[in-house]
Amino acid sequence: MTDASNTRHIPDRLQSNAARILKSWEVLLLGVAILIFVANSFASPYFLNAWNLSDATFNFTEKAMIAFAMALLIISGEIDLSVAAIIALASTAMGAAAQVGAGTFELVLIGLVTGLTAGAFNGVLVTLMGLPSIVVTIGTMSLFRGISYIILGDGAYRGYPADFAFFGQGYVWWVLSFEFVLFAVLAVIYYVVLHRTNFGRTVYTIGNNATAASFSGIRVARVKFILFLLTGLMAGVAAICLTSRLGSTRPSIAFGWELEVVTMVVLGGVSILGGSGSIPGVVIAAFVMGLVTFGLGLLNVPGIVMSIFIGLMLIGVIALPRLWAKWRA
Amino acid sequence: MMTFLKSREAILAGAIIVLLALIASRFPGFIAPANLVRVFTDTSPLLLLALGQTVVILTRCIDLSVAANLALTGMVCAMLNAAMPGVPVFVILAVAIGLGAIMGAFNGILVWKLAIPPIVVTLGTMTIYRGIIFLISNGEWVNAHEMSAAFTGFPRASVLGLPVLAWFAMVMAGIFILMIARTPLGRSFYAVGGNPHAAVYTGVDVGKTQFWAFVISGALAGLTGYLWVARYAVAYVDIAGGFELEVVAACVIGGISIAGGAGTILGTILGALFLGIVKNALPVVDISPFWQMAISGAAIITAVAFNARSAKAKGRIILRRAQAQGAQA
Repeated sequence: MTDASNTRHIPDRLQSNAARILKSWEVLLLGVAILIFVANSFASPYFLNAWNLSDATFNFTEKAMIAFAMALLIISGEIDLSVAAIIALASTAMGAAAQVGAGTFELVLIGLVTGLTAGAFNGVLVTLMGLPSIVVTIGTMSLFRGISYIILGDGAYRGYPADFAFFGQGYVWWVLSFEFVLFAVLAVIYYVVLHRTNFGRTVYTIGNNATAASFSGIRVARVKFILFLLTGLMAGVAAICLTSRLGSTRPSIAFGWELEVVTMVVLGGVSILGGSGSIPGVVIAAFVMGLVTFGLGLLNVPGIVMSIFIGLMLIGVIALPRLWAKWRA
Repeated sequence: MMTFLKSREAILAGAIIVLLALIASRFPGFIAPANLVRVFTDTSPLLLLALGQTVVILTRCIDLSVAANLALTGMVCAMLNAAMPGVPVFVILAVAIGLGAIMGAFNGILVWKLAIPPIVVTLGTMTIYRGIIFLISNGEWVNAHEMSAAFTGFPRASVLGLPVLAWFAMVMAGIFILMIARTPLGRSFYAVGGNPHAAVYTGVDVGKTQFWAFVISGALAGLTGYLWVARYAVAYVDIAGGFELEVVAACVIGGISIAGGAGTILGTILGALFLGIVKNALPVVDISPFWQMAISGAAIITAVAFNARSAKAKGRIILRRAQAQGAQA
């Protein structure tokens, strides 16, 4: 929000490719991930076990699915804080349908459509009416979760069909869970979309300068609307996985996830001011957060203390490079 | 006079009066003076935090850590009281304000010296402050019987017919109206938010002004932390969970522009009162309290859509308005 007085230095000569890659955010983050992995395997004898590691991936796969779409949205200069509330709404819709005997196919369809509809609602408010996304999505966050509370109160939906459990509990092959495979496939798709297509380039262009983008013929509002749709859709996908994994729906489902998703995106090197970031960064950030949570969990560190680490990481990864630059100057 | 009637504040005040009239038409007891005092007292914590949040948002920042700050300060005050019941209330007040201000200053330093976006900083410190409560309390509650009578009695003590808590809110609101309109610091909040580059040229230090905004917001959160814990006579990790969004909502409904530099303290007061009245009226008119979340979400979206529309009509012709005001004077 604040524009730091960031003067851009244009060097006389570009750095070599190898030097640039070595100094990149992603490599730094990968180093952190490996460090945490090694530290964990020393700290707990239960860490290096294929099934335990497979369990660990559930800590981040659902959040990471949303984080991919959120990364594109933040790169384009917008944000969606209502994603966790969309999960609650989609899960409530699926639960209500399951009560009247909807099958697995219908449930999946309902989850996806609810996510898309919620995303479209955000998109219309931001792009058509020109409202600031941070306020709109703080509003829809209350609205969507509020609707879940109106429908469910302090109750819960249970009784999902047996084969619905596959999405959150099923395994594709050996220790590879359906969720992890879906996470990997989505990572590839989002990588291609953001880094290898025209659409991806326009996302960066809009994030760097929306006015210039619209003068160069990019339909800024339309691209942003699509990104809100995508984010809603991914929240719907995450809702299917999470609901299937938990086997029940409460209105407080996925509470506070929006912050973890944003943390994941920012940790992955996406600038919160828009215009830069990458999908590989977000993927590594997902692993870092998952490993930290899981490793601390094995050491019996309570969840709320882990959130201190997540918070410190969020600030630390941004503050340390800046402190370093200041100290060298 | 006409400009006042067309102002956002007048419209919001009108909406509140209509709301009160609607409730009173069926439940006349709601607007009995004693009940209005009760509603105002209940809204006071929200109002206190919203005042601090207003100056932060005016400078183009946002403080999402206020609820965590409140909870941590409240826990420290409660533990201090439980350990040393003899410590007088004014010392506890000083500790609360001081501790809150330090936490605010930590946010402010990161925004000022390292130019980290405020939303990232306060997302991080929000989880860190919450986590620290768990660390110092071991997740245990401080209950009413562990607190001294002086400690819990203070915010409820009646002075001239109003509880001390309500007096704090009213006096602070008065101080803020004067501070914003009449002091160099108050004016610099608008200058920084309205146009940071121009603010630099007029000799206003943007980062430093934002730093002070965070300190003010933190100090108020700390003060409210003690009042909250003493009023409800209980302290635990999760008190005021999610309250930061309600605080931002009060500001947005009150017409504080999230883009900075626009809005008034009167607007914030009305925004907080609006939310407080809705919250207190729901059980009276026999609507499930589960509706509250959805209603405040809808109110935020309506308010921001309305504000954007009126801003579009007027444009930002700051000079012309200033001339018109000059001509009147």
